[in-house]
Amino acid sequence: MVRPLGFLVGLGFITALVLAIFTTPLSNEPNAAYAFHKKARPLKLASDGILLPHWDKAQLQRGMQVYKEVCSACHSLNLVAFRNIADFGYTDGQIKTFAKGFQVPSINPDTGEPATRDGLPSDYFPAPYANEVAARAANNNALPPDLSLITKAREGGKNYVYSLLTGYQNPPANLPKELQPSTGLHYNPYFANLNLAMAKPLTDGQVTYADGTKSTVDQMAKDVSAFLVWTAEPKLIKRIQVGYAVFFFLLIFTVLTYLSYRNIWADKKH
Amino acid sequence: MSFPWAKPYEPQHPLMKWMDERLPIPRLVYNATGPGYPVPRNLNYFWNFGVLAGAALMIQIITGIVLAMHYAANAGVAFNSVEHIMRDVNAGWFLRYAHMNGASMFFIVVYLHIFRGLYYGSYKAPREMVWLLGVVIFLLMMATAFMGYVLPWGQMSFWGAQVITGFFSAIPVVGEPMRVWLLGGFVPDNSALNRFFSLHYLLPFVIAGVIILHIWALHIPGSSNPTGIEVKDEQDTVPFHPYYTAKDGFGLGVFLLAFVALTFFSPNLLGHPDNYIPANSLSTPAHIVPEWYFWPFYAILRAFTFNFLWIDAKLWGVIAMFASIALLFFLPWLDSSPVKSSNYRPLYRIFFWVLMADIALLAVCGMKPAEQPWVILSQLGAAYYFAHFLIILPIISRIERPLPMPNSITEAVLAKHADKPSETAA
Repeated sequence: MVRPLGFLVGLGFITALVLAIFTTPLSNEPNAAYAFHKKARPLKLASDGILLPHWDKAQLQRGMQVYKEVCSACHSLNLVAFRNIADFGYTDGQIKTFAKGFQVPSINPDTGEPATRDGLPSDYFPAPYANEVAARAANNNALPPDLSLITKAREGGKNYVYSLLTGYQNPPANLPKELQPSTGLHYNPYFANLNLAMAKPLTDGQVTYADGTKSTVDQMAKDVSAFLVWTAEPKLIKRIQVGYAVFFFLLIFTVLTYLSYRNIWADKKH
Repeated sequence: MSFPWAKPYEPQHPLMKWMDERLPIPRLVYNATGPGYPVPRNLNYFWNFGVLAGAALMIQIITGIVLAMHYAANAGVAFNSVEHIMRDVNAGWFLRYAHMNGASMFFIVVYLHIFRGLYYGSYKAPREMVWLLGVVIFLLMMATAFMGYVLPWGQMSFWGAQVITGFFSAIPVVGEPMRVWLLGGFVPDNSALNRFFSLHYLLPFVIAGVIILHIWALHIPGSSNPTGIEVKDEQDTVPFHPYYTAKDGFGLGVFLLAFVALTFFSPNLLGHPDNYIPANSLSTPAHIVPEWYFWPFYAILRAFTFNFLWIDAKLWGVIAMFASIALLFFLPWLDSSPVKSSNYRPLYRIFFWVLMADIALLAVCGMKPAEQPWVILSQLGAAYYFAHFLIILPIISRIERPLPMPNSITEAVLAKHADKPSETAA
C-alpha cells in the first residue's frame, strides 16, 4: 500500500515541479547596479588570522581618535564602554580623564529634570542623537547605523568598511540615469546600491595624530577600521589564544585515545 | 534483550550489590554501554556518529543552560543581552560561540549519522523503530535549531521567523488566524520571542527523551554493521566496553578538535552578517537565508512556483518541504530489498550517490538568491529527490540482483584480512 501511494504522491510533486520549470522564465531581471558594484579591497591588520594575531595598540588609539573626532558626529557606539579601552594600553587614570571629556545623559538630583554629567569609566560612549527620529531629522531621513558591530554586520567586514571610506568617487560617465546619485546621496561603488547618504567623511589631514603618523585618508580609514574590528569583538585575541590552549590539550587527549584504541583492538581483527 | 553470550552483570562490591537490589542503574549502564552489550566487531568509523550526536546534545544543553542565565528573552533587550554575554560575562563569548557552532556541529554529525543509516540500510527490519524515532529526533532538532536562531533577535532571526511562521498562512482559510494565534501578534514580536525561548529550552529535553527510546529500540535487535548481515554467534561480536568505548573516545577527540577549531578560530564562518544587525520589522534583508543545515529544504520550498491543480505554489512548497522529511518515515517500506548494505547493492549504490549529489545541489540552491539558474536547478533537484525515494527506490529494490554476500560477519572480516596479508590486525 505504501509503495503505490508513494508513487502517486511522487508523481504529483514531480508534475508540479515540471510545470514550474516550464513556466518560470529562464532569464533574471537585469540588475544594472551589479556591473558597477565593486568587491571590497582587502585590508591587512595585526589582529588578522590565527597565527599570533595581536592588537596594534597604537593603531587602535588612532582609530578611536578618528571615531571620536569624525564618525561620532553622526554614529553611535552603544556597546562600547570607556572602561573597555584599557585594551589599548591606557592606564586607569587616563581612562578616567578620557571619560570625563564626554557629557553623558543624567538626571538632576535636585529637580529630577534631564541633565548631563561628566562621563565615568563605567559609562558607554554617548550617542550623538537622542533617538532615531532626531538622527533621521538631522541626516536627510537616513539613519546612521550604530558602529559597535559594523565589521561583523556587513558582508566583507573590515574590508568593506575600509573600502567604503576610501571608495568615494565621481560617478562613471556610463552610469545609467536611474543609478545617478540624487540630491543628498553620494556615489560609492562599494555600497550595495551605489549611492549612500553619508558624504565623504575623511579628508587628508582631518585629524592630528598624537604619535605623528601622517593622517592621510587611507591611514585614517585603516585605523578606524582596525578600531571597529576591536569594537565588534573585544575578545577576539583572547579567543584565539584560549583556542590554542584548548586545541593542543585536546590534541594530546586525541592521541592518547587513539593509542588506547589501537592497544585495546590489537588482538582483534575487524 | 541481548545475545545469550552477553556478559551478565555481577556486582562484587557490597555497595554495588545493595544498589543493584534497590535501583539497578549500574546494571542498566553495564548492559547498555558496558561489557554486557555485545556489538558487531566490524563497525567502521561511520558508527561513531550516534555517540557524537549524543555528545553534541549534551554540549548544547550545558552551554544553553548557562547562556539562559544571562540572556533576556525580551524583544527590547534580547539583542543587547547577547552582546552583553559576548562582552561582559566571564567566558560568555566562549559559551555563546560554542552554543552557536555547537548547533552546526550537531547537524554535521547527525547528517553523517543519517548518511550511515541510508548507505548501510540501518532502517530495515528489524530496526524500523530505531529509524522512525531517529526521524522524530531530526524533526525536533530542526524545530529547536530554528527557534534558537530567533533568540538573538537579529535581522536574520526576525526575518527567518517571519518566513517560517509564514508557512502556516499557506494553509487555506484557517492558516492566517492560526499564524497570528501562534505568534501572539501579526508579526513576530515580544510574545513570539518568549514562546520561542520557552520551547527552545523545552525541546532539547524532549530530544533527550526520544534519544532514550531510540537507544532502547536499538538495543532490542542490537547494532547493525557494514555488511548488513545479522550477528550469528559470539565470535561476530565484541563487548561494547572496552572495544567501542575506546573507539568512541577517539572519535570524540577528533570531533572536539573540529568543534574547537570552528568555535575559537572561525566562529562566524557559518553565520550570516545580517544577524549582527538588530531586528527591524521595517527593513527586509536583501536575501533571507536560513542556516546551512536548512538549505536543501529551503531550496525544495522555493522550487514550487506554479499553482498546480487547486493548490497554490506557496502551499505546494510548504507541503513538499514537510513531505521531503516525512517520506523518511516510510523509507523502511519503500525499500523492499532484503539486502541492507549498499556494498552489495550495485544498482542502488549508483542512485544513492546521485541522491547525495542531488542534496548537495539543493543545498547550494538554498543558499543562493532566488535567481536563475538556481531556480531551475532547485526544481530539477527537488524533482529528483522525490523521484528517488518514491519512484526509483521501490522499483530498484524489486529488480536489483545483489552481489554475493559472506555468510557471517566473522567470515567477512577474515576475508578482508586474507586479501591484505601485509596489513596486520588492528
